Amino acid sequence: MSSGRQTISIDPITRIEGHLKVEVVADGGEVKEARCSAQLFRGFELMLRGRDPRDAALLSQRVCGVCPVAHAMASALCLDACFGIDGQIPANGRVLRNLILGANFLQSHILHFYHLAALDYVDVAAAADYAGADEKLVGLRDFIKRGELAPFMPRYEGDYRLSKAGNQEAASHYVQALEARRVAHEMVSVFGGKMPHQVGIVVGGCTETPTADKVAAFLSKLGAVRRFVEDIYVPDVLAVAEAYGDYFEIGGGVKRWLSYGGLELETGERDLLNRERLFAAGRVGADLKLEPVEASKIAEYVKHSWFEDSTSGRHPSEGETVPAPEKETGYSWIKAPRYDGEPYEVGPLARALVSYASGDEEARGEVDGVLSRFGAGPEALFSVLGRHAARALEARRVVNAMAGWALELMPGEPVCEWREPPEAGSGMGLTEAPRGALGHWAEVENHRLTRYQLVVPTTWNASPHDDEGKPGPIEQALIGTRIWDAENPFEVVRIVRSFDPCLACSVHMLTPRGRELTTCRAL
Amino acid sequence: MGSSEGVAEHPAVWFQASACSGCVVSVLNGVAPNIRDLVVDQLAPGHHVSLRFQPTVMAGAGEVALEILAATEESKEGYLLVVDGALPTAAGGLYGRAAKKGGQATTMHARALELAEGASAIVALGTCASYGGMHAAEPNPSGSVGVSEALSEAGIERPVINVPGCPPHPDWFTGTVAQALLFGLPGAEALDTAGRPKRFYGRLVHDLCQRRGDFEAHKFAKAPGEPGCLYELGCKGPWTHADCPEREFNGGVSWCVKAGSPCHGCVEPFFPDVSCPIYAKIGLGELPRIVREEGTGELVAVRRPQAAEEE
Repeated sequence: MSSGRQTISIDPITRIEGHLKVEVVADGGEVKEARCSAQLFRGFELMLRGRDPRDAALLSQRVCGVCPVAHAMASALCLDACFGIDGQIPANGRVLRNLILGANFLQSHILHFYHLAALDYVDVAAAADYAGADEKLVGLRDFIKRGELAPFMPRYEGDYRLSKAGNQEAASHYVQALEARRVAHEMVSVFGGKMPHQVGIVVGGCTETPTADKVAAFLSKLGAVRRFVEDIYVPDVLAVAEAYGDYFEIGGGVKRWLSYGGLELETGERDLLNRERLFAAGRVGADLKLEPVEASKIAEYVKHSWFEDSTSGRHPSEGETVPAPEKETGYSWIKAPRYDGEPYEVGPLARALVSYASGDEEARGEVDGVLSRFGAGPEALFSVLGRHAARALEARRVVNAMAGWALELMPGEPVCEWREPPEAGSGMGLTEAPRGALGHWAEVENHRLTRYQLVVPTTWNASPHDDEGKPGPIEQALIGTRIWDAENPFEVVRIVRSFDPCLACSVHMLTPRGRELTTCRAL
Repeated sequence: MGSSEGVAEHPAVWFQASACSGCVVSVLNGVAPNIRDLVVDQLAPGHHVSLRFQPTVMAGAGEVALEILAATEESKEGYLLVVDGALPTAAGGLYGRAAKKGGQATTMHARALELAEGASAIVALGTCASYGGMHAAEPNPSGSVGVSEALSEAGIERPVINVPGCPPHPDWFTGTVAQALLFGLPGAEALDTAGRPKRFYGRLVHDLCQRRGDFEAHKFAKAPGEPGCLYELGCKGPWTHADCPEREFNGGVSWCVKAGSPCHGCVEPFFPDVSCPIYAKIGLGELPRIVREEGTGELVAVRRPQAAEEE
């Protein structure tokens, strides 16, 4: 263990979406300060202004190639309201949107655990002397034998705890998961035309017409992914949890969770926060007492972001993005969203805890089942492993729900309430992305977009300190953590990756004039 | 290029600039070849792509990741450079900072140029790397440009193959890499005016479209979900060059028009601006045509009757 005070800077944080630098200051090996810095910025909100509002669902999803569907969904919900047709979406349109979004939840969660997170826990090199008949491991063994080990090496060394057989099995599943996530994207494509950047979700509903053969194709692919989630993904997360049990105790963070709710079970209720949805809306703390979400209590603070202080504390519908690249107190291009002044974690763990607290029997049963296996109480969920477990259980819940939804599709019935852009309107689209609560806000005047704002999951989770100096959720999850080897800071990357950060989403703001940054970002 | 047990090792560096990761995810969706063929096994017998640096999948982070990049760059063995994302040039490139090189702060734009100089060939993957794409949409606040334009302005001459698409079909990428490994880089005759392999971008979406018969019969959909040609819903197929209708996405499952959505023209230079409003019909006499301007050689979009342009 390191002694004395030292700064550990990791740039780039790989195996996440996008460009993130994380810096921690440790004293006697314990993290005292942490800073998450988003280093790239674009100009999506500015680019959308002046365009035909119908284009926003297609263009705004290009913020992120990992979770584009969630943006298309949030945008469509927002535009439905702008067009005054929220509440009138045909049943087929509602179900198709859910199937397209749900399929990408599966893809995103599988990708995250196996291809983004697993290499922190699984030693792929264990395949080097594999002598069995699993062709996936034979392929890996031959690969290792040839001696060109990128992209699996180099890496941090010294804390891979699975047995050789456990590592080999997990390495085989890494390869198998490549196929499972691909099939999940084929599910998106059945009703969404292509993926990434599907084309099916539009204002008013969806573009594709359901037919029996498409439903059957979708269900066939769903069956394959369902078996993977049930038989491979969930057991693998539990196996990692058994070997890395101390990660049930670290990485807790702010211990306040927020979910807008998502995946629509009805179309009539226009207030999205009161709509019946698969994922409940709400807020909870460590006491798991459910509190409501009021969208008016969300504000974004910028004291430690490179934006003008005068724009701090605004609601997203009135948000402005005025860059201040030379601002001394700034260290990130992400703003700091707060609910009633407090930082909140969003994502699968937030959804699991909100559903748990809302008395959702199915969610309670799943979570309690995992906790009893480890002889732990709900507080064990407030951790790195809690996030991975919540993500896996959520994948199982979504895939099971989708099997029923696909059979609600009615061939020959309408899919879309298509309209020309309105003279004027405004809207708010609140939903859940794989990584957490996602909101789009828009205003239309003279048939064109005049304002477009997004507050995305990673803006909540990777936010910098706010105006009162409260660190963001990932920062707080790092603070207090003991780092055993500063040369191989496994703890830092495991905590950061447990949030599944998506930087492209969170750095969509107006591009400012340049600045000589003191830090730099990933390649 | 190294060799082990008769397998040629082809080093590759994947540089992610101002991107959304959609190109990476699309490449993960390849079926034949698939991502395992590309990274672990041999893309073609005797040929293995050694993916030295790819930030979305590589095990290492921070310094550990940067060291292998530097080693590849300095080895003089040559490498295939894949770039996804646009290169921000405004304000000296400071909108897109790259990880430090030799302790010095640098930018995506500068690093892409440096990496290009050491590359044996460059694949500009996706519409952003090819032409600026979504990141260069009006008003293009970051001054984003594609790789070819950045190289040309810097006076760097390296072979660049554009593989656009938002995202590109995985076959377009793996097929282009396979071409380079098996038969060498495509010659000028194999690329179109926008620097794309004619193999994949040689024909119009409109000519390959399953709904072409509806167009000829004047059966037009007026709203999503209706049968018929999507021309009146703004389909860009009549001027967009790609084989989407016959190749289809996600293992041949579907593509935009098949799913009831107009083609957006996402493989073309000047996407998305040239395609917006996406759902508005463009008169047949005003279809955009992407051509090289005489004199400057720069790509431009002109709107004039297609008949006058036909050779």
